[in-house]
Amino acid sequence: MGDRENVIEISHLRFKRGDRVIFKDINISIPKGKISAIMGPSGSGKTTLLKMIGGQLYPDAGSVSVEGVVVRDLSRKALFSLRKKMGMLFQSGALFSDMSVFQNVAFPLRVNTSLNAEMIRDIVLLKLQAVGLRGASQLMPSELSGGMARRVALARAIALEPEIGMYDEPFAGQDPIGMGVLVTLIKKLNQALGHTSVIVSHDIQETLSIADYIFIIADGEMLACGTAEQIKNSSSEKVQQFIHGHPDGPVPFHYPAIDLMQQIMAGDTGDHREQGY
Amino acid sequence: MLDFLALIGRQFLSKIAGFGRASFVLFYALFAWPQPKNFPLVVSQLYHVGVKSLLIIAVSGLFIGMVLGLQGYTILVDFGSEQSVGQMVALSLVRELAPVVTALLFAGRAGSALTAEIGLMKATEQLASLEMIGVDPLRRIVAPRLWAGFISMPILSMIFAIVGVYGGALVSIEWLGVYSGAFWSVMQDSVDFYDDVLNGIIKAVVFGIVVTWIAIYQGLESTPTSEGISQSTTRTVVYSSLMILALDFVLTVLMFGDV
Repeated sequence: MGDRENVIEISHLRFKRGDRVIFKDINISIPKGKISAIMGPSGSGKTTLLKMIGGQLYPDAGSVSVEGVVVRDLSRKALFSLRKKMGMLFQSGALFSDMSVFQNVAFPLRVNTSLNAEMIRDIVLLKLQAVGLRGASQLMPSELSGGMARRVALARAIALEPEIGMYDEPFAGQDPIGMGVLVTLIKKLNQALGHTSVIVSHDIQETLSIADYIFIIADGEMLACGTAEQIKNSSSEKVQQFIHGHPDGPVPFHYPAIDLMQQIMAGDTGDHREQGY
Repeated sequence: MLDFLALIGRQFLSKIAGFGRASFVLFYALFAWPQPKNFPLVVSQLYHVGVKSLLIIAVSGLFIGMVLGLQGYTILVDFGSEQSVGQMVALSLVRELAPVVTALLFAGRAGSALTAEIGLMKATEQLASLEMIGVDPLRRIVAPRLWAGFISMPILSMIFAIVGVYGGALVSIEWLGVYSGAFWSVMQDSVDFYDDVLNGIIKAVVFGIVVTWIAIYQGLESTPTSEGISQSTTRTVVYSSLMILALDFVLTVLMFGDV
């Protein structure tokens, strides 16, 4: 991806949380106008990476640049201006619990634009229509299922048609129909408006079907990167294990621990904080 | 021994860092004012923080005033100076009880609610979500709540004092038969606007700032779990109560200590 214009550049990223190393040395270039997917086992730091792009977390070493500017060097005001160009779908949805579905989707338009109420209403209804929830516009977030809440959150994330869309697990909790609709929606946004999309997902087939580039992270390092075809045809055992979902292989399924028999014989729960239960 | 010293050092540094973060929140949110577009948010918070605390403040004020009237009368009647009960009720309320008890109730009623609300917003990533939409939570969430606390606390304290005086009058005049003319005129003669009323309002303003600041900071710093939010809420009430009582002593010394 050498001569291509990159909207996000992550170089020599190192990050630790407590004693646990999340990233050892990560380099990622997200090309403009393409759909890039960040994949990897649970706990490999995919969400952390999105938060670093959005300037909500800062690396211990290395840098994250968006549109040629190092995020860490931005003033508070400049950082908030940059975020207006981004749309982020949080893993939990993160809908505002005191606002209805309509108000949630309208919120970014109300605070970041000077559009009049009629235009905002039309945009919100179109976005809700796109995620299939126009009929639920008057509901409160507490009345939605997990999958519906995530679709509303997606509608809110794309309300401003951001130049950079970051989607954390957009397909989780969706039924097959909903999943198909969302895949098409993200692809259409990218194709029609030329926007850059970054997807964090575990849904291999859906992600491979729309992503132009895929980055697989494991153990704090980049396991593989390339187009969907390159990833599918990768000779790496780790990549093959990950994309085919085999429990046995070089990528550990288990969190690091002592031998099971040894622990059972020692009568140790492994939970040294267990008290009073 | 070295480990112990290192632990004390770490704790000290962590407290200093915490105080620095809390100061940043306070000053940033204060300088975020005035923004006309945030005015409706302040009004909405005034309702939640102030208006919803009215009932507990008014009822407490009434009972405390009634108790003061009764207790004052039983002591003063022995000296034949029961007409001074109005003076005792008014000075106790205006100088001390109105700001202190209002602030304690305010910490329990509004402070704990502020901490829990902001803590839950943090736990459910609503604050992070606001940031990513390009809206600064310190301006949108923190500043209106801080200002609502600053504005409503002195008003609540004044309402407490007024209702308390009325409660004292009810017991003294209507029940115990103190002559109403004497009750009100002695009160009017002895209560000075600057020395008593204004100093009481200054106390209420200081307590309002401290309670709201503690409540909001505890919410922002809470661990995003159910246990973490519960601990932060408790800390808000405990720290606020201790600060109110300690500051009350300091302010009383400064205001009335030269007598």
